Amino acid sequence: MKEFKSWKDYPIGGIISEPGSTLELDVSGWRNERPQIDQEKCIRCRICWIFCPDAAIIEEEKPYTTKTGKSYRLTYSVDYVHCKGCGICAQECPAKAIQMIPEV
Amino acid sequence: MTAVIERRKEMKALSTNKAVAEAVKDSDVDVVAAYPITPQTTVVERIAELIGEGQLEAEIIHVESEHSALSAVIGASAVGARVFTATASQGLALMHEVLHITSGLRLPVVMSVAMRSLSAPISIFNDHSDVMNQRDSGWIMIFASTAQEAYDSIIQAYRIAENPEVLLPVMVTYDGYLMSHTIEPVEVLGKYVSEEYIPKKQTWNVLDPDKPITMGTITSPDYYYEFKYSQAVALEGSLPHIIKADEDFRKLYGRGYGVVDSYRLEDAEIAVLATSSYYINLKYAVDEVRKRGIKAGAIKLRVYRPFPREQLYSMIKGLSALGVIDRSVSFGMTPSGPIALDIMSSYRYRDAPPVQSFIAGLGQRRMLIEDFVKIFEILEKRAATNSISEKSIFYGVKGVEL
Repeated sequence: MKEFKSWKDYPIGGIISEPGSTLELDVSGWRNERPQIDQEKCIRCRICWIFCPDAAIIEEEKPYTTKTGKSYRLTYSVDYVHCKGCGICAQECPAKAIQMIPEV
Repeated sequence: MTAVIERRKEMKALSTNKAVAEAVKDSDVDVVAAYPITPQTTVVERIAELIGEGQLEAEIIHVESEHSALSAVIGASAVGARVFTATASQGLALMHEVLHITSGLRLPVVMSVAMRSLSAPISIFNDHSDVMNQRDSGWIMIFASTAQEAYDSIIQAYRIAENPEVLLPVMVTYDGYLMSHTIEPVEVLGKYVSEEYIPKKQTWNVLDPDKPITMGTITSPDYYYEFKYSQAVALEGSLPHIIKADEDFRKLYGRGYGVVDSYRLEDAEIAVLATSSYYINLKYAVDEVRKRGIKAGAIKLRVYRPFPREQLYSMIKGLSALGVIDRSVSFGMTPSGPIALDIMSSYRYRDAPPVQSFIAGLGQRRMLIEDFVKIFEILEKRAATNSISEKSIFYGVKGVEL
């Protein structure tokens, strides 16, 4: 989002003149706990991606091989600018691969 | 090249409500929404008639409450229409949250308020409890003293509200019944004022499919504060534009009111300040008490928000005592009159006369010229004996000694 340095830069009436403001909004300050994905435990089921209300789970075309030798084509990571720390991903993960870690 | 516009002034016998409806017609308003509440009802009844007669081309939105009435005109204003609504009393109270939204969105909404007391107990009669409750809602507030002033103020209100330097909603208030339902001669200007004095121009941000914007957004703690600050600056800074709108009006049509007005104040030692219709009788009372040797004057507060601090100070600084008549109660506060409180806090660091707060006329308790004379006498006596009290004098309450 456009950086507002002074109150004078703010648009009158609080309008948003360009689309996509939600995409540019940093909500990391809302978080008490952050999700952390354990790539070893993750089974690439995509459930966290589906359930995330903020589209903060990123599906990357990045191969990953676990220590036990299992290979995946995809890797899941978290967009920490848009993650509000709701914990739904950790709650829904069937493999218990996501942990909520307190923000310090 | 300036076009010469033929001014078709016309005198009509109008109640203030009808005068306001006439002003809405002459301002060429596009959208009106209002819910009937006494004593405002005849404003919108008359507007509906004017639309029905083909004198005004506007949409009337039928709504189910005052909350919806203001919401509807906000929506119409957001797409660039010139809008109007009217209300009173409980209706204004029901609008309360939407009042804040209007000023926060910086939409040039104009509203008339026929002031009336608040329940309970139910009273349909006049006092200022309804508008005084809204003084922190970020609206510009103008008190009209006559039907003519109400007519002129509505037209001025569009000029002020739509000024790109202002962009704030304006409420024009007048006394319910005492003014709303009493007939006075009013000079109406005709529709040319909307071409000459308030030409239609979209000066505010509007919703337009070709240039999409989002209105009414949510803000995080990182942003909200700055918007409220800019609102405070805008309201504070609107005063010179209000004065300019009034001066321009005077130049064109020969009538102006200022933000504060006074009567026989030049050599006055004591003065009483009042708003709205009380000012008229107060002037008669000044003449009366001057016959008795009291050097008295009267002051009218016309613009209440933004508070005309400097203009009022220049009037009161030389006085030995100032009486302030409020028609609403700030419960639990000493003094109990909102205007008296504002004046006392405004000049707390300056050399200002002592203020004696009076509360009068709640629920339209009758105030005659002789009552204003009594108020002058009380003020004069208290000023002479140095016994101005911190507490408000509730004038006219049965069983309360003055």
